Amino acid sequence: MFDPEALPLIFAALMGVSILLYVVLDGFDLGVGLLFPFAEEAERDRMIASIGPFWDANETWLVLAIGILLVAFPVAHGDILTALYLPVAVMLIGLILRGVAFEFRAKAPLGHKRPWDAAFWAGSLMTALAQGFMLGMYVMGLEWTWPKVAFAALTAGALAVAYSFIGAAWVILKTDGVLQRKAVDWAKGGIWGMVLGMGAVSVATPLVSARIFDKWFRFPEIVALAPLPLMSGLLVALLWIALRRLPTANDSFAWFPFAGAVVLMVLGFFGMAYSFYPYIVPEQLTIWDAAASTESLSIILVGTLVVLPMILGYTVLAYVIFRGKATKLSYD
Amino acid sequence: MDTLLLSRIQFAANISFHILFPTITIALGWVLLFFKLRFNRTGERKWMDLYLFWVKVFALSFALGVVSGITMSFQFGTNWPGFMEVVGNVAGPLLAYEVLTAFFLEAVFLGIMLFGASRVPGWLHTLATFLVAFGTTMSAFWILVLNSWMHTPVGHELRDGIVHAVDWWAIIFNPSMPYRLSHMLLASGLTVAFLIAGLSAWRWLRGHRGAEVETGLRFGVILGAVLIPIQILAGDMHGLNTLEHQPAKVAAMEGNWETQGNVPLLLFALPDEETRSNAFEVGIPSMASVILKHDPAGVVPGLNDFITAEGEVMHPPVAPVFWSFRVMVGIGMLMLVISWAGAWMLWRRGVEGMPRPYLWGLTGMTFAGWGATLAGWYTTEIGRQPWLVQGVLTVEQAVGDIAGGMVLSTLLAYVAIYVALLAAYVGVIFHLARKGGRYDAPVASPGMQPAE
Repeated sequence: MFDPEALPLIFAALMGVSILLYVVLDGFDLGVGLLFPFAEEAERDRMIASIGPFWDANETWLVLAIGILLVAFPVAHGDILTALYLPVAVMLIGLILRGVAFEFRAKAPLGHKRPWDAAFWAGSLMTALAQGFMLGMYVMGLEWTWPKVAFAALTAGALAVAYSFIGAAWVILKTDGVLQRKAVDWAKGGIWGMVLGMGAVSVATPLVSARIFDKWFRFPEIVALAPLPLMSGLLVALLWIALRRLPTANDSFAWFPFAGAVVLMVLGFFGMAYSFYPYIVPEQLTIWDAAASTESLSIILVGTLVVLPMILGYTVLAYVIFRGKATKLSYD
Repeated sequence: MDTLLLSRIQFAANISFHILFPTITIALGWVLLFFKLRFNRTGERKWMDLYLFWVKVFALSFALGVVSGITMSFQFGTNWPGFMEVVGNVAGPLLAYEVLTAFFLEAVFLGIMLFGASRVPGWLHTLATFLVAFGTTMSAFWILVLNSWMHTPVGHELRDGIVHAVDWWAIIFNPSMPYRLSHMLLASGLTVAFLIAGLSAWRWLRGHRGAEVETGLRFGVILGAVLIPIQILAGDMHGLNTLEHQPAKVAAMEGNWETQGNVPLLLFALPDEETRSNAFEVGIPSMASVILKHDPAGVVPGLNDFITAEGEVMHPPVAPVFWSFRVMVGIGMLMLVISWAGAWMLWRRGVEGMPRPYLWGLTGMTFAGWGATLAGWYTTEIGRQPWLVQGVLTVEQAVGDIAGGMVLSTLLAYVAIYVALLAAYVGVIFHLARKGGRYDAPVASPGMQPAE
């Protein structure tokens, strides 16, 4: 048996890690979908080839995150998902469209490829917008009032543009030539979405809740926390400088935009986690109020501790096998 | 319409669409491993051609299964919050183990299986193929454990109206689990057998006479002929298990209103819940008693036993269960006739000697497994009504408080997408069969598109 007080905290951390991994990993393949209209047909094939072996496993982190919410915090799961009923439905339909378009575009008669490409883009867009909208609603305490919905609409747009940024960064890493140069331009166009999104959430979160305001702007916490926004700002500046110089002659630093985007997302994630802790439904339910029974959490934790390292291991294996520049996908 | 009914239709639509694809991938994964091992062993080209053709169908089916499965994991929360609130302590760990031990395994190794053949050593590619097949089967195992527990819940106790797990061994190996799991795995095998036989027959009819088409046809027919008698036996045992634990469901399946002996096996009837009797009965006297009790005079429980003193109906709606059951059994019998006739012809004359009408018949049966699987699930799931978890939680208690109009709008959107995708899926499968041959990535240049 594990300590009943520690279990909800452990599961909140696991869920957080799953969400973070999902946002980073599916973020880049959603972003690739969002960039489809800007690419030529042959370039689209190569972009698909760069995410082909990964997208399915990337999406599984969403299933794990929602699974942990479902199994570890059943009460919060119902509260959050019923409040977000419509955006969840939009996201699911988006995920369906892009997931199947991925397969259909390569297997349907050639004349059908264009419509499936359009479905892949539309599905990616619906998913990204819906997730951004949910993020905004969550920050606003899951209340459907006009000003709060307007804020959620803002984060919806910002997250979509941010995903297109990390998608472009992935294409810079995984391709070369004309497509890579195009991707640098896409990344320059997308980085503002990242800045706007993180800025909007950072400004709005403390304004919505006095408790969160206090957590950030109280002395001495403010000193300890100051590096978080400062590092983010510095990283954005470095990214901008890098994008102006990429691609380099020997392809050095092609990894930097993607790595920078990941670090930015990690910083943003920790900022949000710090703000909302210990609540899982903002200002209403703490992780301890919402947790499932100790014996159930214990039995899940045993399995998780055994299996999660294996999952991480073979996920890394897949990324190692498909390392390097993307080449044409084939089954033989 | 009210939220409860709409939510039920929505979940039924989602899960009906979803189950089509795992039903294919569970068995097709093992079939692909078989093709791959045969190729490793014999080096014969036809096994690799079979692998390369069916791996495309697998990839497509897998993607459809994944995305429709994600939808369901969210619907637990959006439409059925009461489910996890009451039985989450049991359902949660089972679902968690499915994600941890199955989803990641299959998703990660699928990438290596599909696109890694030229990048990894042969043994690793074969291992990836095995792990994908193993993962899909593990996924089926955990989800059927949970589903079976919802039909025959044991190993738990109620504290303040919330289910708490007491004995995990009892929960996992609950009374109906072994039967339901075998029945479903065999259903998957049969679905794939007829899919392969049907599509190969169609290719043969269109003039594809390659060794891989002939072997595919032979493989499908023999697999079907071997599995169908086992399935009939497993189904019968599952039925007896249901009689023991959910007699109301069996009463609805048999259309039997009164508890009595010498119950006939009804071939046709129109059950009417208003009059609580059947119209236009055609049946074999005492046969249901023989099947269920192995005795013509055997007493079988009737539906009228499941009306409470207050007049509340605690048995499932009769007609849908009655008819779903007959559709399932009917397709099963058709499978028996067709596969055994095919096996006999293969033995006597080989594929060359199969008459065209028979091959057209096989083509018509390409998706017969889907029909039987859906009908079987409708029988067992509608047969559990009004319960969500038998004797513990009703569907009415679990449904979320969402406006009916909102559920209706999402329901219409899902159904529209599912119908379109189903048409696209079947169309693309036949397109792949028409194209046949080895895998070629689509030509990028739009100028080279053939007129189709």
